[in-house]
Amino acid sequence: MLARIKQFLGMEAKPEEVASKQEVEKVAEEEKTRPRIGYIHLSGCTGDVMSLTENYDILAELLTDMVEIVYGQTLADVWEMPEMDLALVEGSVCLQDEHSIHELMEVREKAGLVVAFGSCAATGCFTRYSRGGQQAQPSHESFVPIADLIKVDCAIPGCPPSPEIIAKTVVAVINGDMDYLQPMMDLVGYTEACGCDLQKKVVNQSLCIGCGTCAMACQTRAITMTNGRPEVNCDRCVKCGICYIQCPRSWWPAERINKDLGL
Amino acid sequence: MVLGTYKEVVTARSTDKQIQKIAQDGGIVSALFCYALDEKIIDGAVVAGPGEDFWKPEPKVAMSSDEILAAAGTKYTFSPNVWMLKQAVRQYGLEKVGTVAIPCQTMGIRKMQSYPFGVRFLADKIALLTGIFCMENFPYESLKTFISEKAGVSPELVEKMDIGKGKFFIHTADDVIALPLKETHGYEQNGCKVCLDYVAELADVSTGSVGSPDGWSTVLTRTGTGETIFKAAVDAGVIETKPVNEGKFGLEMLTKLATQKKEKAMKVIDEKKAMGLPIPYKASSEKEDPLANI
Repeated sequence: MLARIKQFLGMEAKPEEVASKQEVEKVAEEEKTRPRIGYIHLSGCTGDVMSLTENYDILAELLTDMVEIVYGQTLADVWEMPEMDLALVEGSVCLQDEHSIHELMEVREKAGLVVAFGSCAATGCFTRYSRGGQQAQPSHESFVPIADLIKVDCAIPGCPPSPEIIAKTVVAVINGDMDYLQPMMDLVGYTEACGCDLQKKVVNQSLCIGCGTCAMACQTRAITMTNGRPEVNCDRCVKCGICYIQCPRSWWPAERINKDLGL
Repeated sequence: MVLGTYKEVVTARSTDKQIQKIAQDGGIVSALFCYALDEKIIDGAVVAGPGEDFWKPEPKVAMSSDEILAAAGTKYTFSPNVWMLKQAVRQYGLEKVGTVAIPCQTMGIRKMQSYPFGVRFLADKIALLTGIFCMENFPYESLKTFISEKAGVSPELVEKMDIGKGKFFIHTADDVIALPLKETHGYEQNGCKVCLDYVAELADVSTGSVGSPDGWSTVLTRTGTGETIFKAAVDAGVIETKPVNEGKFGLEMLTKLATQKKEKAMKVIDEKKAMGLPIPYKASSEKEDPLANI
């Protein structure tokens, strides 16, 4: 089954039958130790967990055979937060909402790995624009990425993260594939994201090659390419960080790409 | 391995007389896309189509052979083809997309496939990635300088441009102007100076002019997909091949130029790193093969 999922995700260019068979057996043996996953919903829109469910072809198997969902609004009818191997935290955290802060602190205590799930949790994203003054809580004005308050182990940015990256991450966690997860661990520090990072960290550093990957990746179509350089419409940018994260000149996972392509 | 990992390298050209006439070299990209479209291997391709200004390309989604052929020929300035991939899948509804990309663009596409953070349902729709060799690229204003100022011709009169034998050639209907390459120095895109890929090492099939005679292209098949499609096109008689010249004007030349590009870039990378500037690549001292694209 793991082999099937990997094939679905295009994670193996040339699946070797023997190896796959062994892997399937290995997973079958380890089935009892499926990772316990929790989902925590802070100031987010539920779009990230909706994206998880868009792994149509593999979702049923993923949820029933590969992981155990032990906690989470919209996913499980559990009121007490249990111990978890992995907690997916969606949404940023409102500093004026003591319940959110309390829940976040509790997650850090109960979960082995805390994942900033989606750009709101990872970079603040759209909630960076919050400034209070609205009913029924005019004082709820300050929203920060979760890494501002607790130690985060891994970030999966995206507004929302693609269904594929969520599935790939879960598979990597199950496999203990730390090489694949390394960029996501590095991205934990990238909390002050903005479209202008393209200008500051790529164009200003004489790294831009005008490939257009940033404009392709932008989830709000805030980026166009003008004379081979990204032009960011700040009024459309939601500060999710995806443009800079997908840029081939921000970080370069060469070894993984060669492996994925079978080169 | 300065030419990247590949299964086979050959000299090839399109057998189509019309493609031969309009192609930059052997017409491999045009022939492959037209064939893949006919065979429904792809249902469209993102190409560097003609834009509003002369010799300023614009990424286009081509869904017919005519549209593919309209994009034939090298334009020595930016065409952000990767940008158009999302439109190809979303607006045009393509399920199997072909695209032509220079090395840095293949890097953007492959990174997106391995780590599709915000890129939903796109990674699996790239059906054929054809890479073209690339030594460097130029901003449009640089290109205008070469044509209007240095060669002294109007852009609309230019029929073809190509770089080879140490010169930048500008062809008009009745003239060929050759600028020594040193005249183009200082006009290159800066981002190209740290590029460690000459022959599109991550494409399914890479092709370019160096290593083959005029009117022919050097072709490297790399992935299983690339090998299968290229072989099928050859079997179908769409592309003819001959063994690549191993010698001085063939593979040796290709290897030499690839090595030169990588050595030059590696030096710039090391210098920038020493200055503390951000570079996504490893320093030469940090890697086993100092010329590897990592």
